[in-house]
Amino acid sequence: MMEQALQDFCDHVTAAMSDHVLSSREEKGELILTVNRDSIVRVLNFLRDDSGCRFKVLIDICGVDFPDRDPRFEVVYQLLSPTQNQRLMVKVNANADTPVPSATGIFSAAGWFEREVWDMFGISFSDHPDLRRILTDYGFEGHPLRKDFPLTGYVEVRYDDEQKRVVYEPVKLTQEFRSFDFLSPWEGVQELLPGDEKAENGEDAEAGES
Amino acid sequence: MAERQIENYSINFGPQHPAAHGVLRLVLELDGEIVDRADPHIGLLHRGTEKLIEHKTYLQAVPYFDRLDYVAPMNQEHAFALAVEKLLGIEAPPRAQYIRVLYSEIGRILNHLLNISTYALDVGAMTPFLWLFEEREVLMEFYERVSGARMHAAYFRPGGVYRDMPAGLAEDILAFVERFPQMIDDTETLLTENRIFRQRTVDIGVITGEQALDLGFSGSCLRASGLPWDLRRSQPYDAYAEMDFDVPIGKNGDCFDRYLVRMEEMRQSLSIIRQALDGMPEGPVMVEDNKIAPPSRSEMKNSMESLIHHFKLFTEGYHVPPGETYTAVEAPKGEFGVYLVADGSNKPYRCKIRAPGFAFLQALDFMSRGHMLADVPAVIGSLDIVFGEIDR
Repeated sequence: MMEQALQDFCDHVTAAMSDHVLSSREEKGELILTVNRDSIVRVLNFLRDDSGCRFKVLIDICGVDFPDRDPRFEVVYQLLSPTQNQRLMVKVNANADTPVPSATGIFSAAGWFEREVWDMFGISFSDHPDLRRILTDYGFEGHPLRKDFPLTGYVEVRYDDEQKRVVYEPVKLTQEFRSFDFLSPWEGVQELLPGDEKAENGEDAEAGES
Repeated sequence: MAERQIENYSINFGPQHPAAHGVLRLVLELDGEIVDRADPHIGLLHRGTEKLIEHKTYLQAVPYFDRLDYVAPMNQEHAFALAVEKLLGIEAPPRAQYIRVLYSEIGRILNHLLNISTYALDVGAMTPFLWLFEEREVLMEFYERVSGARMHAAYFRPGGVYRDMPAGLAEDILAFVERFPQMIDDTETLLTENRIFRQRTVDIGVITGEQALDLGFSGSCLRASGLPWDLRRSQPYDAYAEMDFDVPIGKNGDCFDRYLVRMEEMRQSLSIIRQALDGMPEGPVMVEDNKIAPPSRSEMKNSMESLIHHFKLFTEGYHVPPGETYTAVEAPKGEFGVYLVADGSNKPYRCKIRAPGFAFLQALDFMSRGHMLADVPAVIGSLDIVFGEIDR
């Protein structure tokens, strides 16, 4: 869509939902709205039914974890309007202990998407008819896509020949998990080393990261 | 006479069931032979792809996409490559775009061949499976000749494609395009007018356009319900804007229409392949920025700078500026999207994979309710479900 049309559309939505939209921005041709957590249902309802929007398809719901922020999580709704040929990202902020109102009443597709967000991030959704885990194992503990969940997880399974069943054990790593920061020695050093200020020019072009 | 209590009966379908198309565990509540409720339990193939990608550089993340929908691997890579390119602000050179279109369409045929043949097998026809898998092998050879691997190609990379096509490949693909319509016709004579096939599929698993949108459908399943929605047409990416093709739609949204739509899509794919081969420009297949694409082998042997570039690219990788994007492609099954959040480092901060099959399987409960138990495999087959992408 043309940039002007995108802007008009953005104005249309923010004008109609001014109480609920916290911010809106455009990034690389994609429109991103951040809305109030408690009004997400109202906003989604408006976006689906308004004649200028017609966002009939809920493409996806996903979570993003930012451990440093205060509402720690972002829940991102991807919407698609086939009639307008337009996509829209709607975001709300969420905490682990404040549930997000469920979108299942508006889009049937939301059911599993929200279950997945719950499973992966531990963000709960109020009024969800069936908020069970979906992708992880039966009886799994923790929320694996949180940044503080280790890549290797906590338990591993193996088949025990004596007990004739699969047993769960704490993960044993034969080699410690290694994570490299990949910062090049040229760029990793932030502060100026003594004496370096003399060689300000000329070095920059050479000290190439690739 | 003693009063008889009639209760619903629950059965466990899968995870080791040939008609479950992988590792689907389905808990079915049956009233006699009528399905009251279907509760799919997924996640048996969950590998934590999204978590793994967060710990890999952008280039190392590419092969994970082959392993999602392993029936049409390159289409998945396409979405990731486009997303990274968008964040980097680069565009693949024209020849690379044409090669991508060419191989995306080969992927589409690969997918539809597998779907139609196994679907026919599910409802009782064995011959298409035997015929079409031979053709899949031919197409996988095209994959192999261009990337070195039959399935896990890692061929579409951010910035273009890994290598140019070897000499003679274009002619062989063209020969396939000439020959293959006959195979589609033959398969159609076996299935389309086949009485048993029709009895198993017509009016089974009907879904209207509105319901399909509500359930998040996309791709051929949505088109079978009568909505002409195709991302290749409405939001064209790479060289699709220059391709001329039809978007087949169905009328009734039942299992039979989904089959018909896929059949026609294969013919359209052949036409796109021909156009891509005819219109393919000469030139580089990868952006010529050595900060993103590795230098050529011979350059590396002669230039210190190229050697450093090569080393840095394959250890540290490139840094992607902070930003976020949702980029989707029309994968054979439907809309395959990647929501990528970059934080300026060499690894994705978050990479959410939107798989079309996830929404389809969610709709299984809705679609199989009220049908007979034997219709459930027909519905599953027509929805084109592959667990690699659903479980991620």
